[in-house]
Amino acid sequence: MSTALESEPGVVAETSERRLRTAVWRLMKDRPSAVVGAIVLGLIVLLAIFAPLVAPHGIHDKIGPPFGRPADFKPLGLDDGGTDVLSLLIWGARISLIVGFAATLVAMLIGGTVGILAGYYGGSTDTVLMRITDYFLAIPDVPLMIVVAAIWGPSLSHIILVIGMLLWTSTARIVRAQVKSVRERVYVKRARALGAGDARIVFRHVLPQVAPLLVANTVLTIAVAIFDETALAFLGLSDPSKISWGKMIKNATESAAVSYGAWWAIVPPGVCVAIVILACTLIGSAMEDSLNPRLRVAHLAARGFRIGTEG
Amino acid sequence: MRGADYIIKRTAFALITVFVAITLNFVLFRALPGDTIANLSKVPGATPQLRAELTEEFGLDQSKWQQYWIYLGQLAHLNLGVSFSSTEPVTSEVGRAVVNTVPMVLLGTVFSVVFGTITGVLAAWKRRTLLDHGSVSLALIFYSLPTHWLGLMLLLLTAGILPRGGRTDEFLFNPTFTEHMIDIGKHMLLPSLTLGLVLYGQYTLVTRSAMLETLGEDFILTARAKGMRDRTIVRRHAFRNAMLPIITLVALSFGYIVAGSILIETVFSWPGVGLLVSRSVQRRDWPVLQGAFLVLTISVVFFNYVADLLYFKLDPRITT
Repeated sequence: MSTALESEPGVVAETSERRLRTAVWRLMKDRPSAVVGAIVLGLIVLLAIFAPLVAPHGIHDKIGPPFGRPADFKPLGLDDGGTDVLSLLIWGARISLIVGFAATLVAMLIGGTVGILAGYYGGSTDTVLMRITDYFLAIPDVPLMIVVAAIWGPSLSHIILVIGMLLWTSTARIVRAQVKSVRERVYVKRARALGAGDARIVFRHVLPQVAPLLVANTVLTIAVAIFDETALAFLGLSDPSKISWGKMIKNATESAAVSYGAWWAIVPPGVCVAIVILACTLIGSAMEDSLNPRLRVAHLAARGFRIGTEG
Repeated sequence: MRGADYIIKRTAFALITVFVAITLNFVLFRALPGDTIANLSKVPGATPQLRAELTEEFGLDQSKWQQYWIYLGQLAHLNLGVSFSSTEPVTSEVGRAVVNTVPMVLLGTVFSVVFGTITGVLAAWKRRTLLDHGSVSLALIFYSLPTHWLGLMLLLLTAGILPRGGRTDEFLFNPTFTEHMIDIGKHMLLPSLTLGLVLYGQYTLVTRSAMLETLGEDFILTARAKGMRDRTIVRRHAFRNAMLPIITLVALSFGYIVAGSILIETVFSWPGVGLLVSRSVQRRDWPVLQGAFLVLTISVVFFNYVADLLYFKLDPRITT
């Protein structure tokens, strides 16, 4: 009896690891766009980490006249303060990504906890938590973020908290639904019959099953968080001492880059935000698709009668 | 009657959500510590008389709990205090802004729903063709662009052709009615187009995946087996079923529309609720921000409610 207990978790861990590896392999084969997204995102993260080594100038170095043309000043020209736009982009990546990742972490912690508690315990816990989630879901995020950020005052940690505290609802719902179905599976019941506690069941049996969806959701949330940071920065609610992509757009707008025709001050940061959002969307939706088998079959398609199992 | 329960439940939920929003509004602005935010009477440059009146009206010298009840009572009379920057009643400022926002948002939404649905259906139908890949890529790109940045790009591209912002040309001398309308239309074109393009991407993707999901159902296979023409299957069987998720998602995207309109109106200085939000944030004009937030929240809740009812009407399978 006791040997069976010892060996069971090991077996589960090994198969789920192997399953993960095959899933990743399949993803790479079927969804090249997701792989491209992952590579691009990885490169940008590396650039942000090694900003001090990569960036040609500092963010306060004035190296020429305001809005110096790209032709005169290396690749991307200068912004309204005569600072190198390329360096700003690289340094700005740091803040934008920190906000994106940290806010997502906050959202995942709240959403994951709420989802697991609601799905696992069910009953009145479920009802109360899901009611709260529903209200949060019904109240529009961005206006609420703006209001809270305006009242709290602009700072990096406030922005992260505000975004994270309002982005957890969809995660909570997804996790709850998944936990609810996993909870009823035979092996979970068996583990319980063998005397496993709630914490063990959740971390050992439920969480690994929920993980892939949670990861997909995380990646999609990062995109939303970065968008939200850009939006808050545009309304003047970002940390005034930190430069992010959103802040660059805001600065360029305020200093009339549009009427000046200084496209180089305003196009690059937007493109960067778009690239990161696009990369996250590609990765996240490819993962979601591969987890949703219903999309793999199409009875009516231009090519071939039945597409079969390819994604 | 079928689903009276459902309607009652949804109505109750919508009403409670509005109540939660109203309470949240009070808690955020008035009950949190910090006197400048909490005190509605601290209108900069106001006469002592106005201050005394506001203190009296909102019971600002009483306990928070009593203030909450007075707040609810005043709200029932549509009284939200006066603007810090113009000392005008908040309600009339917000009211005027709503009138400007609605046509702009409506034009953009209609544009995106029509084009988004058409491309979405075509992309799903012609799956894995150039058309599909092309429209999905385009939709993804529009979906990824930051809203206000797209607006700025359109401004850069149309510099000198279309007006840069505002709602009317102030130098247009004594315009006739048609001239006036054309003028407003010209000013509205870019904001609406920005909103339309941003939403277009989303609606295309949603429609496409809803259609793909429906096309995988067995009744499509049956219809094909019966020898029905592709076009009939798409129109009669697939699209009608795919409409359900599309409608919900269009209504759910109303929160997204609201967020977009805040950014877009700020870019184009279109004098709507969105611009009111960003101006009142910059000026720390708390009463106006409060009013605008309430209007935006209630309208989002309302549209979600409408979507629920529509869903119910369209899907006979819902009974509870």
